[in-house]
Amino acid sequence: MQMNEHKPLIVAFCCNWCSYAGADLAGNNRLNYPAEVKIIRVPCSCRVNPMFILRAFQRGADGVIICGCHPGDCHYTSGNYYTRRRMAMLFSMLDYLGIEKERTRVEWVSAAEGAKFAATMNDFVATVTALGENKRLEDLRCKK
Amino acid sequence: MQRIGVFVCWCGSNIAGTVDVHAVAEALKLEPGVVFSTDYQYMCSQAGQNIIKEAIAEHKLTGIVVCSCSPRMHEATFRKTAAAAGLNPYMVEIANIREQCSWVHKDMPIGTEKAIILGKAAIAKVNLNAPLTPGESPVTKRALVIGGGIAGIQTALDIADAGFPVDIVEKKPTIGGKMAQLDKTFPTLDCAACILTPKMVDVAQHDKIRIFSYSEVTEVKGFVGNFDVKIKKHARYVKEDVCTGCGDCVSKCPMKKVPNEFNLGMDNRHAIYIPFAQAVPKVATIDPNACNMIKNGKCGLCAKVCTAGAIDYTQKDEFIEEKYGAIVVATGYNHISMDKFDEFAYNQSKDVITSLEFERLTNAAGPTAGKLLRPSDGVHPHTIVFVQCVGSRCDACAEKGKEYCSKICCMYTAKHAMLTRDKYPDTDVYVFYIDVRTPGKNFDEFYRRAVEEYGVHYIKGMVGKVVPEGNKLKVQASDLLSNKQLHIDADLVVLAAAIEPDKSARPLATMLTASMDTNDFFTEAHPKLRPVESPTAGVFLSGACQGPKDIPETVSQAGAAASKVIGLLAKDKLTGNPCIAHSDEMMCNGCSSCERVCPYGAITYVDKEFRMPDRTTAIRRVASVNPAVCQGCGACTVACPSGAMDLKGFATSQIIAEVDAICK
Amino acid sequence: MSHNSNLQDDIIRMSGVNPRKCMRCGKCSATCPAYDEMEYHPHQFVNMVENGDIEPLLKSESLYRCLSCFACIERCPRSVEPAKLVEAVRLAVIRQQGANRMKPEDVAAIADDETPQQLLVSAFRKYSK
Repeated sequence: MQMNEHKPLIVAFCCNWCSYAGADLAGNNRLNYPAEVKIIRVPCSCRVNPMFILRAFQRGADGVIICGCHPGDCHYTSGNYYTRRRMAMLFSMLDYLGIEKERTRVEWVSAAEGAKFAATMNDFVATVTALGENKRLEDLRCKK
Repeated sequence: MQRIGVFVCWCGSNIAGTVDVHAVAEALKLEPGVVFSTDYQYMCSQAGQNIIKEAIAEHKLTGIVVCSCSPRMHEATFRKTAAAAGLNPYMVEIANIREQCSWVHKDMPIGTEKAIILGKAAIAKVNLNAPLTPGESPVTKRALVIGGGIAGIQTALDIADAGFPVDIVEKKPTIGGKMAQLDKTFPTLDCAACILTPKMVDVAQHDKIRIFSYSEVTEVKGFVGNFDVKIKKHARYVKEDVCTGCGDCVSKCPMKKVPNEFNLGMDNRHAIYIPFAQAVPKVATIDPNACNMIKNGKCGLCAKVCTAGAIDYTQKDEFIEEKYGAIVVATGYNHISMDKFDEFAYNQSKDVITSLEFERLTNAAGPTAGKLLRPSDGVHPHTIVFVQCVGSRCDACAEKGKEYCSKICCMYTAKHAMLTRDKYPDTDVYVFYIDVRTPGKNFDEFYRRAVEEYGVHYIKGMVGKVVPEGNKLKVQASDLLSNKQLHIDADLVVLAAAIEPDKSARPLATMLTASMDTNDFFTEAHPKLRPVESPTAGVFLSGACQGPKDIPETVSQAGAAASKVIGLLAKDKLTGNPCIAHSDEMMCNGCSSCERVCPYGAITYVDKEFRMPDRTTAIRRVASVNPAVCQGCGACTVACPSGAMDLKGFATSQIIAEVDAICK
Repeated sequence: MSHNSNLQDDIIRMSGVNPRKCMRCGKCSATCPAYDEMEYHPHQFVNMVENGDIEPLLKSESLYRCLSCFACIERCPRSVEPAKLVEAVRLAVIRQQGANRMKPEDVAAIADDETPQQLLVSAFRKYSK
């Protein structure tokens, strides 16, 4: 199965206060995770508009992960609760549209959890790689 | 179109070891908008910053992208560099190619490829950046302290001593709070009144402090530096500025059978009363539910005896509106109700009392003038059982009591036990404990003295039930260390009831949009680093409203809250974070979705006049974001169904541009 | 200390009790009306199950001294429910014996008008299943 294995494209939205710092800590501790993960910094996980996720899938992303502060620890008190609800809804709709629910994920990573960040990304990339390329929502006109 | 400069940092070999920095600089040169691209060993060094400054001037750059370490590390540095070169600091974007690229990948081609993509995303974002300027708002130099216990008193004194006017709102007729009810204070056993009442007098005499006693906050509007507060002053039917506090009215009042709340109902007061001798303000108050004159117009004795003419039966509740720059919450605590703890027979026997009732029983100004007598028959008790952790440390599923440790009970129980043995060596004193928790300066020494010098029997175990039988209380308890069940015939049982936040705290938190935990304690902005601030800007926390606290801790927190308030009030203007939400009024349909999700109450709706295409005008309801209150989380941007709400610095179009750049 | 982890897991599963929630206050034993009759008291049951020290409990007559009054369950501040542990250990013994010690058809012979219904319920709890 090593012939030309598909390299997935993963978009990770990380909140500025916990998860982005957790990703930095993973870097500080030199904890490897695949380069397929590209991080976009947002002030809070609740800034992630469902539109961003749809856009990512439209443009050929194979998986989207949103990382925020642990429930109760949100820098903005309640932002991650909104994220949890919004994403539960969006992900179930995406699943209905044929984007497997394994391609989408919400994780809570604190600024102290560099190891958890790396482990989460390794696991997520492995899961998405196993699912193969995402074709459902991809806008083929976007491909050159 | 922006004119963008790209600066790729090597960070020595930290980045250059895994990322081909030249290749990155070359590749990014081809991106739309990029007019200059270079790489350098240490961009954050003086020389590196000079490269940026020179490039901004030479190439007339309107935006820059620095591919370097995390923005959490050097975003502020490069923003300052840009500002020094005359570029708006918010036209700087950082591509994190160290922590999130070179340090987590080992392979040079892979690292380089990812660094280029991250650079492209940052360029895509900066292409849509707009210069931002932080907003400014004025500060009203006056503070409000809600609650007049020791926490509120100390905070008010500290703020007033720094020269700022302070108002204290206290719902009871006098300030002083719980501390005024205590007898002695651990661990030094100073008499509470001796150390508290001078502070109360200081408050009363301070020219910067106003006291609104018998008053409540009913409405809070505004934001940090600019709160508009409505205070309801309950009618006390006595003119505060005329009453001299002589007490003649009290002694003549025929209604003598009103339960005295200050002594927790263990004796009676009159319908017109002064809670205690050192009350501040020392002014009489008429209890309208007990006074015959107010209820049915028959009596009027107090008005007749008052030589000052202070009695006014027609007084009405009064509303005061005032502006404040900062609000300190100091609403304190109460004991929980013992209704759910039938096993201790609190409601069946007068001789089962709470610790606060015990304080009043031993207080020289209390119902027994300081003599320890049983409430039921006034007889001196010989066997006293203290029960600790009543309602504290309960499991959430138990549906009674509180999950937390009430913190102060171990010490006050040791104090009660010690003082009892000291004054009445003929008593047997038992303390049933689960753990004795005495961290604090001179606290454990104090507890050991109770055991070693005063012979208090500390028994590891819990009381299972208390059964009143004749004039005794049959106490059944376990002694875990000797593995025995004990049966004690006690004369008095004292319950160290758990403490909970005052009931007024929850509605107040709603008014202030300040967050609370599940126990109704106010949440601090950060549990370690910002312990006296609420996450809501301009709201500060003092004392037990934030969590169980003893007096030394309350006083230090009160001082800390005061210093934070002084720091705020000392500023003439507040500078905000420019990365905040703003609404496109032409797109807003006035649905209120954003208003509901905002955790800070930063969004309000205003009716605004708009010119329509047909040259008529129309009034529409649109969202308006208060820049001084918005913290920039972005919850509203997602809630907005019409796409009117956006976040500066993290605009929808910018994030989508990043997504596109990454997914290309 | 003997440690029987299989049996320990069984007891915990059968009872649905989490002995780790115990904070060792001893209120269960303080409240127990059968305390003096018992070799191992309610708080010891919790502690011994938590430590996997089950063998002595299996042999103890304490299993049949518990009145199933559930005062310990009612008063436990940590919702540990010691009486359920006692019952689970009892069940483990009875299952090992493979025999009922009390049959429903014998009830008529034992019970009279004076017998409280709770006693019969408790007796079935202890002596059957």
